[in-house]
Amino acid sequence: MHIHLHDQYQQAQTLVHGLDARVKVILTVLFILTVSLTPFGAFGAYIALFALIMAVALLARIEPMYLLKRSVVALPFALAAVTLPFTVPGQTLLTLPIFGGLTVSAEGVIRFVSILIKSWLSLQMAIILVTVTAFPAILWALRALRIPPPLIAIVSLMYRYLFVLFDEAMRLLRARAARSATQAGIRSGGSLAWRGQVAGRMAGSLMLRSFERSERIYNAMLARGYQGQLLGLEHGHLTSRDVVAAAIMVALLTLILLLSRI
Amino acid sequence: MIHHLFLTGLSAPQALHIPDGFLSAPVAIAGWVLTLFIVAYALRRTRDQLGERQVPLLGVLAAFIFAAQAINFPVAGGTSGHLLGGALAAIVLGPWAGVLVMTAVIGVQALLFQDGGLLAMGWNIMNMGVLTVLTGYLAYTVLKRLLGTTQTSLMIAGVVGAWLSVEIGAVAAAVQLAVSGTSPLNIALPAMVSVHALIGIGEALITVGALTLIARTRPDLLTQSAKTGGTTSAAWVGGGLIIALVVAVFSFAASPEPDGLERVADNHGFLGLAQDPLYNILPDYTIPFISNGTVSGIAAVVLGTLLVFVIALGIGRATRNPKSIS
Repeated sequence: MHIHLHDQYQQAQTLVHGLDARVKVILTVLFILTVSLTPFGAFGAYIALFALIMAVALLARIEPMYLLKRSVVALPFALAAVTLPFTVPGQTLLTLPIFGGLTVSAEGVIRFVSILIKSWLSLQMAIILVTVTAFPAILWALRALRIPPPLIAIVSLMYRYLFVLFDEAMRLLRARAARSATQAGIRSGGSLAWRGQVAGRMAGSLMLRSFERSERIYNAMLARGYQGQLLGLEHGHLTSRDVVAAAIMVALLTLILLLSRI
Repeated sequence: MIHHLFLTGLSAPQALHIPDGFLSAPVAIAGWVLTLFIVAYALRRTRDQLGERQVPLLGVLAAFIFAAQAINFPVAGGTSGHLLGGALAAIVLGPWAGVLVMTAVIGVQALLFQDGGLLAMGWNIMNMGVLTVLTGYLAYTVLKRLLGTTQTSLMIAGVVGAWLSVEIGAVAAAVQLAVSGTSPLNIALPAMVSVHALIGIGEALITVGALTLIARTRPDLLTQSAKTGGTTSAAWVGGGLIIALVVAVFSFAASPEPDGLERVADNHGFLGLAQDPLYNILPDYTIPFISNGTVSGIAAVVLGTLLVFVIALGIGRATRNPKSIS
């Protein structure tokens, strides 16, 4: 099994990388909010928003193909909206000869396509955010934006041990694969309940190891003077460049939103 | 990459990670408001219980849930079962610590791996981090009290708690998609419930496997979570959320036209919004939103929960053990 869990941050010296993390987080959220406020069928606005994504990607020297490849993640969720062409009332496009004549409405198709595009646009901006901002800087930004510090501290520690425990889970899976020999043509692997129980015990043993690890970590933190607060480095300060970038982005988003609603 | 693994092998559990674009802006923001309230409360409760240990314990266990979601087992026909983890976290850690652990997991999945949207994260946390945790915990606690503390009763309680937790999360997601006008409830609800009835079996098997192992090797951990408490406030908030959810589902089902929501969307909300000037968004949105009987479901969810939440806060404050405050 080739599974690698890794951070998607790509270090580079670009205008976008150099922006303050708070500005990048806020602008990303504003972008996604704008996308969600554009009406269905506003294809001009979608094109403008896509152009904005491409401009940011260009400035940040992110390969467009990388964005495209990564943004298929949410595609299976399209299933959740797939009934719209049949359920939204409107002008009939065609009638399918199943279920005694299933009608496809133009409005339904437009809404379905719009939802997919909006989801895809939002996703690409979220990918850009983590590609140009290191995760600790994002956490620092969230903390500066008044997300409760204990929650940020929990997420910081989670991020620190995510990769450690994921490796441990992979070792458990490898060990199970190693002791589960199968022979072609002969049924193996026990009943469903048995397989589930095996996976469950693996999860249980990983949980116990995590518990014990957390105790060791806590002791190590105490030994280093931990008093209930995680201390971190400053990750940036606002410069005029941040202000200009934010102003341009907000102006463009407002313009696109206004034009899409006329 | 982990999410690619999830995508190819385990696409079904993804149905609970709602991406951006599938929820309308007012629905998404309502989810954030509810989530912020509940997470803030959970933070206070666990800080009082765990003190300085809160950060290392919950951080590492959140990393554990994330990693444990990669542990899968073949079910049939190329599909596989895996863990969501809400019920397991709640049973071992207690309800409010479980809420925080799952919040961290969902937050990192969305922020770092785009598994679930940023605007949709409020409801994703509610569905997978609050509803699953509280339902799983309540079902487990009630059944254990009814059946006693033998090994078999522990297993039954674990199975029911884990299975039910996934189902409730799925029902909630279906309601949110319906209110957003993304999928009619009469299609989304049966689809989500039946798919997650199967996913819930995987969840139940893994949860029980983990619980039996922990009960045999570190039984102290399971009794400890009972001591840290939070049961009363979990019952109030969880019960309130479930009642609000049932009300929402029935107010849809009882609507005179089967496509009532679509008509609302057509007449006032989602489609009509296209023609409105920007400054008009709020009035045009909120008035039909509240006055219309069909969509009052969402208002019921939000208001009902907030009400119950305030009551629970009061009760939590009144019944808190002063000795546990560090």
